[in-house]
Amino acid sequence: MFEYMGDRLSNAIKNIRGMGKITEENINEAMREIRMALLEADVNYQVVKEFISNVKEKALGMEVSKSLKPDELFIKIVKDELITLLGGEMVSLETHKNPTILMLVGLQGSGKTTTAGKLSNYLRKKEAKHPLLVACDIYRPAAIDQLKEVGNSLNIPVFEEGKKNPIEIISHALEYAKENKNDFIIIDTAGRLHIDELLMNELKEIEEVYHPHEVLLVIDAMMGQDAINVITGFHEALNLTGCILTKLDGNTKGGVALSVRHLTNVPIKFVGDSEKMDGLSPFYPERMAERILDMGDIMGIAEKVEDILSEEDAKNQAKKMMNGKYDLEDFLTNLKQIKKLGPLENILKLLPQARKMGLNNISVDPKQMAHVEAIILSMTPYERRHPEVLKATRKQRIAKGSGRSVEEVNRLLNQFEEMKKMMKMMKNGNMKLPF
Amino acid sequence: MGLFDKFKNLVKKKEEILEEKDTLLTYEKGLSKTREDFVSKLNLLGIKYTKVNEEYFEELENILIMADIGVNTVFSFLERLRERVKKENITDTSYLNEVIVDELFIIYVNNESLSDKIHLAKEGPTVILMVGVNGVGKTTTIAKLSHKYILEGKKVFLIAGDTFRAGAVKQLEDWANKTGAMFYGQENADPSGVIFEGLEKARENQADIIFIDTAGRLQNKVNLMKELEKMNRVIERIVPGAPHETLLVIDATTGQNGILQAKSFQEITNITGIVLTKLDGTAKGGIVLAIKESVGIPVKFIGLGEKMEDLQAFDIESYIYGLFKGMIE
Repeated sequence: MFEYMGDRLSNAIKNIRGMGKITEENINEAMREIRMALLEADVNYQVVKEFISNVKEKALGMEVSKSLKPDELFIKIVKDELITLLGGEMVSLETHKNPTILMLVGLQGSGKTTTAGKLSNYLRKKEAKHPLLVACDIYRPAAIDQLKEVGNSLNIPVFEEGKKNPIEIISHALEYAKENKNDFIIIDTAGRLHIDELLMNELKEIEEVYHPHEVLLVIDAMMGQDAINVITGFHEALNLTGCILTKLDGNTKGGVALSVRHLTNVPIKFVGDSEKMDGLSPFYPERMAERILDMGDIMGIAEKVEDILSEEDAKNQAKKMMNGKYDLEDFLTNLKQIKKLGPLENILKLLPQARKMGLNNISVDPKQMAHVEAIILSMTPYERRHPEVLKATRKQRIAKGSGRSVEEVNRLLNQFEEMKKMMKMMKNGNMKLPF
Repeated sequence: MGLFDKFKNLVKKKEEILEEKDTLLTYEKGLSKTREDFVSKLNLLGIKYTKVNEEYFEELENILIMADIGVNTVFSFLERLRERVKKENITDTSYLNEVIVDELFIIYVNNESLSDKIHLAKEGPTVILMVGVNGVGKTTTIAKLSHKYILEGKKVFLIAGDTFRAGAVKQLEDWANKTGAMFYGQENADPSGVIFEGLEKARENQADIIFIDTAGRLQNKVNLMKELEKMNRVIERIVPGAPHETLLVIDATTGQNGILQAKSFQEITNITGIVLTKLDGTAKGGIVLAIKESVGIPVKFIGLGEKMEDLQAFDIESYIYGLFKGMIE
């Protein structure tokens, strides 16, 4: 998201760099670029206006010190303003009630049911909860089946009673939860328009009867300027406690993230960033601001990796790499771990300066990764540890075994050698890591 | 102002036949929320500023951007407008309102003869493929189109090519039962395989129109876009010349990303038209103007609700008429 913002900004501040002072004139172009970038990202028009005038005011009032150059100072102001817009501090989910009742609401097609599944998975994994999914979308054909399938795939219970009145369903669901010791209730509701009074009243009624601890609005990150009408519409009818931004793994710039908090004071609590059931992450304003400015989200990567790799494993791996003892067996292990991280494109995007290095547009074909894996799997464990023994006949056997060509086997081996060389260079300090 | 006069006459004509033609009524009903907002803002603008000045332009920019018309489209539009104001020495804001409608109309029409009709096969079944990102309303739109064609006496066959999303097959099957269409679907199978089987079955049953539902895919997912390519190859192999229509479904609430969606899908498959859904909310769907301008794909249908009757053929005149009615009077 916001892929161009970092670029536009770094171009625009080039001419601030050499200046001794920030003046209205030398930031004018930068301000124009930022304005365009924000509008192209669907940030609310009013928010853009305020943001621009705030940054301008702060930048002009700043004294340029020796330690901080004008361009650095300018970026810092922009970053701080972004963090403020995004809400400053991270706001976490209420999880301490027993049971905690959470209701998901939103327009049609925003991703409520998928999010319900992801959320239940997250709560079980990170908060050691025993969630119960409650199917209250009694309108859309097959919506209940969808939630049931999601629950089945995750092995999380789903409570449904067909197309009964939601108030009744929830009442029975709460009884069921008590008997089965489910301490977190996630209510999936039908998609509806914020101007549909009848359906909005249904939600209000649920709120009045059960007082959910969390009422989360699920919004599509691709939403345009109408987002503000939707958010205020839902917020006026219900007491929203937060938002979940979905479909952030598309190439949307998701400017709605910048508008939500500022215009309604409703915090964003999670973002959905992949199609997989673990594609839900807590929302950190500072990290998001750094990503917008192309400063990278190293913390985000670290957390994703941590989920999959223990610290000790990671240390061992690094040691092997540095000593040149990294072999194809290790590579295979890493390959499998990388696959667990989800689409590689998403990880590459989080790297600082990803755009400058051209990493944001890389498309990693999962098939290609599967081919590499097939080739390595067609080797014997001995061959994986000692790739130097691979000569023509062995290569032919591997090619046949993996269904790839000998050229591809050669290419892989060459690339692996190159990689090892690079690792050695890193160790000798001849190459700096990009971060 | 030739075009505008023509357009205005069109609008007048429409008004005369309003009672016979419920198309317009539905448009108005569905778009009433959208129109009220847009028009009242433009009218306010005319009252607030009797003279055309910088503040006028700034507020106009606000209104157009809030309608999601597309940042670049709006900026180049405003540039043209400024030039025209200068050249024609326009100072009267009510006159300028007319110029605005005129110019917006030109953006969409762009001297092309617009075909908003569905292209039917001359012989054998017509195959219509539905594509789009997640949650835009592909399945519901198929249900609506199916209902429409069944009312016209056609034999309709639905194929559930979305084998990925939980419950998607069942959702389409439910709709097939409701609308009286034939159906083929198989859960957790390769979509191209399902389409293959489905097309064979549809032909056996002598279907006139075949709709193929596909899984929602974000346009930057390489493997999913490749899957779409494969589906196209399978369809072409079984029904030469098919798909006769590939409709991209776009949610009216979509912002600037809509342009990227149209571009990316167009690269993979020949998009013949857009279905703009969820226009019954407060969203204005202005992004279709930018899409038409930059990618050249016309809108063919609009969705105005969740029921199977809530679909209308798109008609740019009615659409703009709906948006600007209050302003012209």
